[in-house]
Amino acid sequence: MENINLFLPEIFLVLTILATLMIGVFFKNSYNLVTKIVYGILVSLILIILNSFDESFKLFSDSYTSNSFTNFFKILILIGTFFILIITQKFIKENKINNFEYPVVLLLSVLGMFIMISANDLILFYLGLELQSLALYILASLDRNNLKSNEAGLKYFILSALASGLLLYGCSLLYGFTSSTNFDVIGLKANTKNLGAIFAMVFILVGLAFKISAVPFHMWTPDVYEGAPSSVTSFFAVVPKVAGIAVFIRFMQIPFNQLADHWQTILIFISLASMILGAVAAIGQTNIKRLIAYSSIGHIGFALAGISTNSVSGYSSSIVYISIYVVMNLGIFACIFLMKRDGKYCENLKDLSGISKHHPILSISLLIILFSLAGIPPFAGFFAKFYIFMSVIESKMYTLAIMGLLSTVISAFYYLRIIKIIYFDDVNKPFDKFKDLGISTTLLLSSLILATFFVYPSYLNILVKTLIIN
Amino acid sequence: MASIELGHYLTLGGVIFLLGIVGIFLNRKNVIVILMSVELILLAVNINLVAFSIYSNDITGQIFTFFILTVAAAEAAIGLAIIISYYRNKGSIRVQEINEMKG
Repeated sequence: MENINLFLPEIFLVLTILATLMIGVFFKNSYNLVTKIVYGILVSLILIILNSFDESFKLFSDSYTSNSFTNFFKILILIGTFFILIITQKFIKENKINNFEYPVVLLLSVLGMFIMISANDLILFYLGLELQSLALYILASLDRNNLKSNEAGLKYFILSALASGLLLYGCSLLYGFTSSTNFDVIGLKANTKNLGAIFAMVFILVGLAFKISAVPFHMWTPDVYEGAPSSVTSFFAVVPKVAGIAVFIRFMQIPFNQLADHWQTILIFISLASMILGAVAAIGQTNIKRLIAYSSIGHIGFALAGISTNSVSGYSSSIVYISIYVVMNLGIFACIFLMKRDGKYCENLKDLSGISKHHPILSISLLIILFSLAGIPPFAGFFAKFYIFMSVIESKMYTLAIMGLLSTVISAFYYLRIIKIIYFDDVNKPFDKFKDLGISTTLLLSSLILATFFVYPSYLNILVKTLIIN
Repeated sequence: MASIELGHYLTLGGVIFLLGIVGIFLNRKNVIVILMSVELILLAVNINLVAFSIYSNDITGQIFTFFILTVAAAEAAIGLAIIISYYRNKGSIRVQEINEMKG
């Protein structure tokens, strides 16, 4: 008899989504109410998951799995969503996109990610992926009266649907050549002699690479990041990437376990290309959101470099990397939501010029975050990159390590350029003064974590390693 | 008279799949055509799955097909909704004119 209690987080999430939807429909102007309820849901979900963190089991004829690895990622997703909801409140209300659907659709995509991460079966995985993507299409075009937002949604929809199609074609081939949809069975049958399975793996990798915007499937990222409302961009930049990396690791570990030689080559290529493009293409950008898009492509390249080593230390280093990436991006988006001048939110790098005169605290936090993004010690970003390079060198992939280091140097240029603009350029008009407890807390937390990570850097790494070995 | 084997179904699926992909990239006129191409891709996958399911004596593939049909309907609904709201703002859904942002 399978114990349905083990499935509690997802059941709780589904029921509360339906309930909040009803509340939103039946109460007038229910945005504030629904948002508060969603905070409550997110916090209680974190508690529910922590409660049974170490339990490892499989449900529904092995099609659903939950263990400390998936739980870690679920908590990371929940924390990311929680803080993004906090920092975007002011922006949403001032741009009048405070429809109650926003937090509910956010929760739906979180549900999709949960299913996607925990799925141990192709059908369930596909359904989770689509649930996540459908919610993201809606989010991207949330600002209905803004042409840019609509265009972002349209572009994301077309390209993402294409990627889902490719991934699905891969799933159908994988099913055909292993005659099972269960990951464990596929893992046993998909070996290097099974050419059809290798072919299918390539299709699935393409689909997954698209979802985390790795080169060469990154074309949508800058446009969608720029066009979507900043509140949604911040979600796009943080949460789906975490889920994507989790799914990547799960796919590589279980169904494609025996095909390691084949997928390692592909992943090395994808990761190299992402790192280099992320570093080079960001140089010419003037819009902060586009710049963050390219920077996120680069960071995903580093996270994939860890996965491509196919070793425990590689996997754990990329999990550490993506966790620190979440903290850094939450911080930088908190800064973006503070950049408001004459009642309008600024998006250009020029608007930052000389703000250190009027906003010393904001500038210091931006300094910490940008140094951390560039990977300069003693900030957390350095240790994230350090672990990745350690594991890559341990696996004797020297080319990847050297190219990665070079691209870090190139990308340091544009991060440092922003710092130069903030501290040394002509003084601009100060930003509007407003107090928002949520944004300041997030910014403070993020910079504190990044600045004090060096005190005990191996803590996270050890924690993650024990998760994987369990 | 040759009988129809698994290979024939797979070829059919592959051809329809390619048609869908080519349709997305070569189409320069209308966004609705892109939506139809996406549906073609999903249908190609369905043909594949059903053929595999029959030839490997396993019902899972056909169950998968039903899920894909449902998801395809949801995807089309959301796609059309986005296209409508785009049309309201822009007054056109020509593919060449989707260039508000560079790239």
